Order: sequence, then structure tokens, then C-alpha cells
Amino acid sequence: MTKIDNTVIKNRPEPLKLRSKLSGEDRAFRGLARAAGLGTFVILVLIGLFLLLESIPAFRSQGWHFLTNTGWQLSGKHPKFGVFSALIGTIIIAIIALVVAIPVSIACALFINEYAPQRIMRVIPVKNFLTACVDLMAAVPSIIFGMWGFFVLEPHMTGFEVWMNSYLGMIPFFKNTTGVYTATFLISGTVVGIMCMPIITSLCREVFSLTPPGEREGAMSLGASRARVIRDVVFPFSKGGMIGAIMLGLGRALGEAIAVAIIISLAFPINIHMIQSGGNSIAALIALEWGSGGSLGTSALLAAGLVLFIITLAINMVASRIVNASRAGVGR
Amino acid sequence: MTAIDENLRIEDELQEQPPPAPLKIPRFRPKEFKFSDALVFFLTALSAFCIVWILFAQLTLLNGALGFVLLWIPLFLLMYWFVNRQLFTRQVAVDRLIGAIVSLGAGIMMLPLVLLTVFVFQRGLATFSWHALTSTQQGVVYTSKTNNIGGVAHALVGTLEQVAIASILGIPAAILTAVFINEVGGRFTKSVRTVVTAMSGTPAIVAGVFIYSVWVTRFSYSGFAGALALAVILLPTVTRGTEEVLKVVHNDLREASIALAAPEWRTVWSVVLPTARSGLITSMLLGVAVSIGETAPLIMTIFGNQVMNTNPFSQPQMALSLLSYKQIKLPIQSQIDLGYTSALVLFILVFTVFILARLLGGNWKRSSGGRRSVLSFVRWTPGSALEPIENSEKGMSEDDFNSHRD
Repeated sequence: MTKIDNTVIKNRPEPLKLRSKLSGEDRAFRGLARAAGLGTFVILVLIGLFLLLESIPAFRSQGWHFLTNTGWQLSGKHPKFGVFSALIGTIIIAIIALVVAIPVSIACALFINEYAPQRIMRVIPVKNFLTACVDLMAAVPSIIFGMWGFFVLEPHMTGFEVWMNSYLGMIPFFKNTTGVYTATFLISGTVVGIMCMPIITSLCREVFSLTPPGEREGAMSLGASRARVIRDVVFPFSKGGMIGAIMLGLGRALGEAIAVAIIISLAFPINIHMIQSGGNSIAALIALEWGSGGSLGTSALLAAGLVLFIITLAINMVASRIVNASRAGVGR
Repeated sequence: MTAIDENLRIEDELQEQPPPAPLKIPRFRPKEFKFSDALVFFLTALSAFCIVWILFAQLTLLNGALGFVLLWIPLFLLMYWFVNRQLFTRQVAVDRLIGAIVSLGAGIMMLPLVLLTVFVFQRGLATFSWHALTSTQQGVVYTSKTNNIGGVAHALVGTLEQVAIASILGIPAAILTAVFINEVGGRFTKSVRTVVTAMSGTPAIVAGVFIYSVWVTRFSYSGFAGALALAVILLPTVTRGTEEVLKVVHNDLREASIALAAPEWRTVWSVVLPTARSGLITSMLLGVAVSIGETAPLIMTIFGNQVMNTNPFSQPQMALSLLSYKQIKLPIQSQIDLGYTSALVLFILVFTVFILARLLGGNWKRSSGGRRSVLSFVRWTPGSALEPIENSEKGMSEDDFNSHRD
């Protein structure tokens, strides 16, 4: 066998040598597209670079203490300022937002994907309508969410906060020491959570719909109810994607400025009581303190922006990596 | 009458007897939701409501509507599970319970959207007038006595100009980037995709401070600076959306074009992009809708003013979102009213663009197999590479089939 093959190969005529060369137009086109692709890369690098350059005065003034100081003293001989309390506040808001957003988003995504009938009474297209609503919610400006939270949600939340203080007050996180229940972390975190919902929902829905149909039908033919299919087929397959979706939502929650800025009243001491008035977050700090504090103040805010940029960038990178790793396990 | 006839008659009689009753196996179709099931659902909800109402009136554990709902929902779920457990089997009960929880989640999801819309229209329409739409804040003195709230014209003009400039700058770059990732490729494809993902997650306010440090420190506050910031936000959003759309374009079309010896740019320009046209429009308009509503980056780029400034390249400008943000923290009611008006105009603007995106994107969705989320711009899941496979499995889509038949 091998001999014959060899002879065949030996006697094969020389392959024609085709010379393919991109035309000038194509080279120009490729160059343009490549430039655009690298342009995004350049912009990302420039963001980091310019923020770093402009925040040098702030870092020179405070050094590494910029990350550990809690005050915001810009004037005087010895200015002392830092983002530590803002960092803590950002994390608290993000945690509250995720606690609010995750169950609702996953439930909604499951409903759209698994439970919703195509049409109710053959007229109302439930699935499409819900999807459209979720998308619309993602497009609603954050200023409107903030206004709604400030004018509508806050009056309704204070009663709940009073209850929380009186029944769960032994835990410091749920304690109020001042008696003022407005402008709290809980309210701003809830609004931010509502803002994160459409993103997490949409991503989770996407992930759930990628469940292999073979496994799904297999489970159903073995007599599994929809609840069992969700538990035993959908969730195991989309674990990674769900984590990624939640982390992307976390990125949004960390970076939300306006809604938090409207609701919270800026306070620089560290506040871990989430139902107590006053708080701080990096993005809200930038939005609220902009234009005050002179050139050093601006530099300090840009430095805060740099910190926020680095945090969100890191989270996004990790999120996409987790998703890729989990995807690799699922045989496609 | 013979014996044989008699036998036949007896046999006939035997056959007329009913066959033995089949074994009764309780059956449950998960998707079946009959009238009686709906009745169970509503009655359970009602009885849970009544119990909570009694408890609430007696004990007043929580005050306010929120507390009521917080008690009602768990009690309802518990009762619903129990009733189904009694009526059917454990599996049915669990399935129904999960179904109830999940639909509840969808309901809670819709609630803020409805409340938001009601809020914006209720507060905004109260002070909305033609005068408020066409005038500016120039020379308006706010006191607690006057009803003159000024107008939003300067902000409307500012928003439209900034978003237009941002689109002109951002959208072509975004489409080229998507073309690079999907059509041209090369060594950097993966890293560019990662960078675009990372950029789409970057907070809007960071884009604002970035443009401040690049542009405003060298020149001045202007509408153009705001447009630059919006373009930075728009770019990754539209890129992701466009990339998803380009992925769905059938490979056969590209191959056919190459087989006709078309140069690469021709393939993209005359085949790929026209095929994905409606999808492209959707992703563009969604990017625009998102950028219309951005507030945070405008604080440090356009600064805001009170008079009409139609020139985006010099002097501070105003935008609808920024106007709302500035007004609602002010003390006088007429000032806050202007904030409401501006929020209403902003909401209507965003809603219009969104509906437009939804309508114009219809064709693309139908031909790519089922309606998909138009929020595809935030999808980074590599699983979306599955779509071409889906398409090939399906063979011809409905539209293809119709066009062939014609």
C-alpha cells in the first residue's frame, strides 16, 4: 500500500504556482480596518496614561496614602485626602446592588427562556414583549433612575429601614446610629441594583439559551419537570456564563455615578451602616465634587477616576476570562 | 337457530361488554396550565393576601406597602406549594413553585419600568408646555411664587448636536473595528475583542474625566468635548453590536463574492454590510439611545449653561440629562419642575430612538432565526459563535425559501 502511495505521490505533476497578491485598494482597506482595531487599543491605553499624568499632583501630595486616607481636605498647608472611604462605599453599594439584582435577573431570565408561553391567548407575544422591555430598561438614562429613586423610592424605603434597624440592629451592618434614614447606601444600592438588572438578565438569558438542546430534551424525555431541567441541565451548563454576567453587572454597579450622586449625601468618614444617612462612592464623589477644590482637587478627582478605571478594567478582564474558561469545558 | 348461531350471539354479547378499565397513571404535562390551575393560583394568592392583611392589621410587624408585600409573597409561595402538593404530586408542586417564583421575578423586573414611566410622565406633563420646549433659561428668575420654569430648548439643541457629532465620530470607527474583528482578522483580533469588551464595561464617568484631561485642559469646555466623551462610550457599544450582526451573515455570500474575484473591500462593502443592514441600524441606534441618556461624562466636558449656544465648538453647552441633574438638587419647586420637564423630553427622545431601532431591526431578526435580544451589544459570550451553526442546521430560512419560490 505505502509503496503505491509513494509512487503516486512521486509521479504527481508539480503544482501550479499561483501568486496571490492583495491589490492596492485591499491593502488600503486592511490598513484602515487594522488602524480602527488598534485605535480602540490606543484609546484604552490613552485613558490610563492621561489619567495617570493628570493625577500626578495628587499622588505627589499624598503618595500611597491616597488609597488609605479617608478625608477630603484639599486646602491648607497640609492637604489630606484619599479614596479609602469612597472605595468602601463603592463596594457596599455594589454588594447591595448585586443582592437586589441577581435573584430578580436570574428569575426573569429563566421566565423568558423556560416558562414564558410564546403568546398569551394567541395575541400577546409575551417573550418578545418582555425582551423588549428589558432592553428598553437598559436604555433608560441613569438620571431618570436616580430621580425616581430620590423622589419615589426613598419615601417608601425609610419605613423598611426603620423596621430593619429595630429588628436586625444587633448586626452593625443593619444598624442606624443617627436616626436619619434618608440618603442611605441601601436606597442608592437598590436603585443601582435595578439599573443592573437588565444587563444581567439579558446576559443570563443569552447564556441559558445556549444550553445544548440534546441534554435538555433528554432530561424531559426522562420525565423531568421544567424545574428539574433548570436545576439539572440549565444551571450546570451555564454556571460560568452566569458568573460572567454577574461580574459584568458588578462592573456597572461600581461605575454608576449619577444615580448614587443624586440619592446619597456625601460624607467622608467611613460608614458601614447601610441604613444610615451619608456615604461615599468613587464615581459619585467625582460627579459631586467636580469643580471644587481648585487644580489639586481636580487632580485628586482624576486620580480617583484612575482608581475606578483600574478596578473596573480588572473586573471585566477577570469576567471574560472566567467565561472563556467555563466555555472551554462545554463541548460544542 | 343452531348452536353455532347461539354461540355467535353470546360472543357478540361478550364483546359488547366494556373492556377492563385502563390503569390510572396520574399524568402531568408541565406546560399545561388549565383554568382550574389558574383558579388555584388566584385563590391561593387571595387567601395569602387575606391572612397577611389580618396579621398586618393585628400585629403591624412592618409598616408601609413594602412590608406588606414582603410578607405576602413568601406566604403565597408557601401556600401555593402546599396546595399543589395536596392536589398533585411533589414534582408538580416544585415545578409550579419554581414557575411562580420565576414569573414573580419577571413581574418585579417590569415593575420599576412601569413606575419609572408613570413617574416621568406624571411629573413631566404637569409642567410641560410648548413654551417650555422652545425657550431657554435665559433671564428666568426662579422664586417660590412664579410659575415660569424657563425652557429646555438650549439643552435639547445641545443634546442633539453632541449626539450627532459623537455618532459621526464613533459609528464609522466602530463599524470599521467590527469589520476588522470579523472580516479582516489577524494576530490582534482576540486582543482587540478583549479590549472592546473591557472598554464597554468602563464607567461613563471615566470617559468624562479622560476627555477632560485630554481635551478640556488644553482647549475649553465645549459641546465638542462632550461629543468626544460620548463617542468613547458609543464606540465599544456599537462595535459589539455590529460584530454580532456581522457574525450572522452567511459565509456562502462571502465565498460567492470571493469566487467572483471581488476584492476584499468590495466583499465587505457590497455584500456583507448590505446583508446586515437592518441589524447595523439597530446596533447604531441602540448606541445612540444609550449615549443620549449619559449624564456623568457631560459634567466635566460641556459644563452646562443657561442660554442658547448653538456652536458646539466653543463655550459651554447644555444637555437634557445634565439639565435635569443640575435642576433637581435645587431648592425651589419651579427649578425642580424644569428638571422634570427636561427628563420627560429626554425619556421621549430615548424611547423614540429605541422604538425606531426595534422597528428597523425587524427584518434582520427574522432572517437570523427567531427574535433575539437587541441588547446584543453587551453580549460578550463566545457562545454566540454558535449562531452560524444554527443557521446551517436550519438550512434555508423562511425568507430565503420565499425568495426562491418567487
